[in-house]
Amino acid sequence: MLKARGVTRKFGGLVAVNNVDFEIPRGSISAIIGPNGAGKTTFFNVIAGIYAPTAGTIELDGKKLISPPTGAGREPILLVLPTIPFIALAIYFLMAVGGDTGLVEGVASVAVALLGFVSALLLNIVRPAWYNRFIKRIGVTRPARPNDMVAAGLARTFQNIRLYKSLTTLENILVGMHVHLRGTLLGALFKTRQVREEEAAAEQRARELLSFVDLAGMENELASNLPYGKQRLLEIARAIASRPKLLLLDEPAAGMNPKETEEMTALIRRIRDDLGITILLIEHDMRVVMGISDHITVLDHGEKIAEGLPKEIRNNPKVIEAYLGRGAAAGH
Amino acid sequence: MATANVTSASAGRLLGNLRLPIGIVLFLGISLPILGIDQFVNALTLGAIYALVALGYTMVYGIIELINFAHGDVFMVGSFVAMFISSSLLGAEGSITNVPMLAASVLLLFALTIAVMALIGALIERLAYRPLRRAPKLAPLITAIGVSFILQNIIQFFFGPTIVTVPQLVPIEWSIQVSGSRVPLLNIFVIGASVALMFALQVFISRTRTGRAMRTTSMDRDASSLMGVDINRTIMITFLIGSGLAGAAGVVHGLYYGNTSFALGFQSGLKAFTAAVLGGIGNTAGAALGGFIIAFIEVGASAFGYGRWGGAVVFSLLVIFLVFRPTGLLGSHSGDRA
Amino acid sequence: MTRIADAVTGPFAPVRAFFRRHRSLGIFVGVALLSIALPLLTRVPPFDGIQSTNAWVNAFTTAAIYAMLAMGLNVVIGFAGLLDLGYAAFFALGGYTYALAASPFSGIHLPFWPMLLAGGIVGAIFGVLLGAPTLRLRGDYLAIVTLGFGEIVPITLMNADKFTDGVNGIGGIDKPSIPGILQFTLINPWPMYGLVLVLFTLVMIMIYRLEDSRLGRTWDAIREDELAAESSGVNTVIAKLQAFAVGASIAGIVGVVNAAKITIVTPDQFRFAVSISALAAVVLGGMGNTIGVATGAFIIYLFQSILLKQLNTLVENFNIPVLNQIDFLEFQYVLYGIVLVLMMLKRPQGIFPARRRMREFAPLKIGKGGLK
Ligand SMILES: Nc1ncnc2c1ncn2[C@@H]1O[C@H](COP(=O)(O)OP(=O)(O)OP(=O)(O)O)[C@@H](O)[C@H]1O
Ligand SMILES: [Mg+2]
Repeated sequence: MLKARGVTRKFGGLVAVNNVDFEIPRGSISAIIGPNGAGKTTFFNVIAGIYAPTAGTIELDGKKLISPPTGAGREPILLVLPTIPFIALAIYFLMAVGGDTGLVEGVASVAVALLGFVSALLLNIVRPAWYNRFIKRIGVTRPARPNDMVAAGLARTFQNIRLYKSLTTLENILVGMHVHLRGTLLGALFKTRQVREEEAAAEQRARELLSFVDLAGMENELASNLPYGKQRLLEIARAIASRPKLLLLDEPAAGMNPKETEEMTALIRRIRDDLGITILLIEHDMRVVMGISDHITVLDHGEKIAEGLPKEIRNNPKVIEAYLGRGAAAGH
Repeated sequence: MATANVTSASAGRLLGNLRLPIGIVLFLGISLPILGIDQFVNALTLGAIYALVALGYTMVYGIIELINFAHGDVFMVGSFVAMFISSSLLGAEGSITNVPMLAASVLLLFALTIAVMALIGALIERLAYRPLRRAPKLAPLITAIGVSFILQNIIQFFFGPTIVTVPQLVPIEWSIQVSGSRVPLLNIFVIGASVALMFALQVFISRTRTGRAMRTTSMDRDASSLMGVDINRTIMITFLIGSGLAGAAGVVHGLYYGNTSFALGFQSGLKAFTAAVLGGIGNTAGAALGGFIIAFIEVGASAFGYGRWGGAVVFSLLVIFLVFRPTGLLGSHSGDRA
Repeated sequence: MTRIADAVTGPFAPVRAFFRRHRSLGIFVGVALLSIALPLLTRVPPFDGIQSTNAWVNAFTTAAIYAMLAMGLNVVIGFAGLLDLGYAAFFALGGYTYALAASPFSGIHLPFWPMLLAGGIVGAIFGVLLGAPTLRLRGDYLAIVTLGFGEIVPITLMNADKFTDGVNGIGGIDKPSIPGILQFTLINPWPMYGLVLVLFTLVMIMIYRLEDSRLGRTWDAIREDELAAESSGVNTVIAKLQAFAVGASIAGIVGVVNAAKITIVTPDQFRFAVSISALAAVVLGGMGNTIGVATGAFIIYLFQSILLKQLNTLVENFNIPVLNQIDFLEFQYVLYGIVLVLMMLKRPQGIFPARRRMREFAPLKIGKGGLK
């Protein structure tokens, strides 16, 4: 379902991810492993739309969503171009009508010009599909942003948990459901029935999600007051609240005791089996990785050095060297 | 193959290094005939003032990423301190024509004003900004706005809301002839003094231990702290220098315009900040360059009868640069990490 | 949606619980009671000695206008976490919109009521115009860009004489009227008092509704962690833009009302100090707490317009040397400065902290950490 082709990401001179090809089948649990600094998180960030790739493409469900940006210099023209007729109109009025009688026409045409510019700006931000197709034709492509990726069915957690700390757990989940809620600004102002019903339903589903990850009864707890392990659970719940097809987990079991780790493993399995969500995870804990992954990819120095079934990886000499060579994490 | 690459790269770098001087020469060469010598000298002088103030913005931003909103008002206070010193301590009412006396007075004026303003700047840092060093970013910014308002009103309280005259120590009549035009010695002196100060600053930053500490701190505060740089001291020195330069700008302003007002800091402050952004905030050479560019735009606008719009043009430039080229003309070292 | 259900206790528990459930009604009743109580209070000593009831009512009206501005700015700063230093520009645009639409200067006399909406729309348009290109910028850059915008607008109003009559401004602006029933006048402050309080109530109800909506949650999320919000599917630029537009349209509407109240607009009424006074109210009241911010605005306004004025007359009456030379009204600006500095240093969450902000300003939030 996810296809990465030749993904490269550089930071200045540092090549964090180097020409990685990668694929995950629907319904699988796949893992990326590799020593510290191998570029795993960077790879995630590229997939999730946070970092634009230096080269390479990402496809989700056959749709090419991410590729390096092109034609950025042409973009300002796009802003100005649609407003030129309006500006011309404004100048015409001011010149032609002139005098004291020109006031109304002048203000009106300036207003029209402004409206034109504002709509061009808004188009540039909202970017409806037809607009994207249009600008592609003149050679401007922008990689999907993180929120576009969420809309396309991808959700993620972060290596160092990033919750909305001063919101309650319930509110955290509700933010996670953002893309499936339709409530608009005007709807909120007038508190329409549609908005009230939607909010009530969302709250109901949020509670269900909380019990799915074993946080029932903690709805009104501030996220910052949860213990570390529960914060990880909440972050996962927030991610699956967007009903993703693919879930990216960055070291979900980091910092957990063996019992918590076991629960986490079970939860990941349940997410796949009960909710039908495909999973890609980064993990250093080899018991977790070997236990649940259908497929493992190994990165080192940004490059893919091996991939295959868990037992193939376990015995792959390159992988052992990558870990032992640095004397790190060998014991796992 | 490899050697070819190296030579073309170094040729490129040479071109890159020369880009700035070539640009400056071109810029000056074009604007001189357009503006005429009087306005040209005028723009250079105003540019020197903006540049001195812009340096303070850029240094502080470089080191603690704070837009020191109060800096324009520090400059304004500097102009009042200079006024106070020259009229009270030196007892001057107009210009001083005795050359040794003049030299001594002006030197004393610069030294005292710079010292006083450096202390005031450091005091502001200590009292208002240091406690907020780890606070959310908006907090010190809001504080800086508050400090700016307080400074303005203290001055307004003591000197009133109107324009205040400042003794012009250097006689304005003294001048030299340049291709038929009269160029006051005052301008030459002002420009010379400012450029000398900027030059001294560059040398200080690149050659001294403290200057190096400032640079490493601005690149990575935590790392340089681990390497034994005293962060608090370094930041304090940055404020000392930045405010001292603003004080010097205050002196220059008084000598040149012969007046000042409590409202001087806000608009010229914003213009100097624009200069810093234009040059690439955090970049000291850029700030100086930006100062001159802004001054040329402003003087150019009024030379062509659009003086009232000068401010609007400058602020539009600020907006455009921040939106489309936040690194400025020369680029800034403090690149944004995600 | 229900917020945290802290247990409601105390003597008035049932009443408070009722109004918690029906907040809009609660705001309505609260403002209504206050709007009756305040004029009554001005008839008892010591307040009756200060100025006439009509003058008091006029002062309350201005205070409420200022409070609405502060509440609008609070949407931008307190909810979305964006420091907007050019807020007075939108206030100005609203005022000039009405001035051009209903004054002898333009020769047009459109009715007041639809212009309220027009002021809101003009504000929103300019909000988007300023916000759309700039909201990707970092917080401090945004602050300075909005500040620049806040300067450009009065400069333009001052220099575009043909449309604005320059520094003189536009005077003789039409007063509102309800045809056949009520004509607002400069002498009688009560109709304007009523109008402003109705508007105040509506603005407050709307802002509370926004805070509790999907959009309000989105703003919270962005303020807390922009990257995480994006990764939750939020288009952060659009959400911030909405905050900007809401804040700007409130300022636009309030600008219309203000122009109709004082019947003249000049570029000088919309200087930087106005933006800062609104900021001071937000900071004093507590960023993010709507009622707190409105209260902060009332406190600052009454302090500067009543107390400082009183101080002037007091010193004059007793003829105290030196002090009688001072115009204490000048101190309102230093007051803003002191409020900003002291609050940031000593109580950044404001005197009435919003629940969420207490944590945010908790000490020692060390480094954001890289992207991991
Ligand atoms: N924003 C950035 N700017 C510059 N360099 C970066 C950035 N993000 C990551 N890097 C560098 O890229 C390399 C890969 O980092 P990454 O975080 O992807 O590694 P990782 O495999 O996730 O490591 P770990 O197991 O420690 O999480 C590192 O050398 C890191 O310093
Ligand atoms: Mg990582």
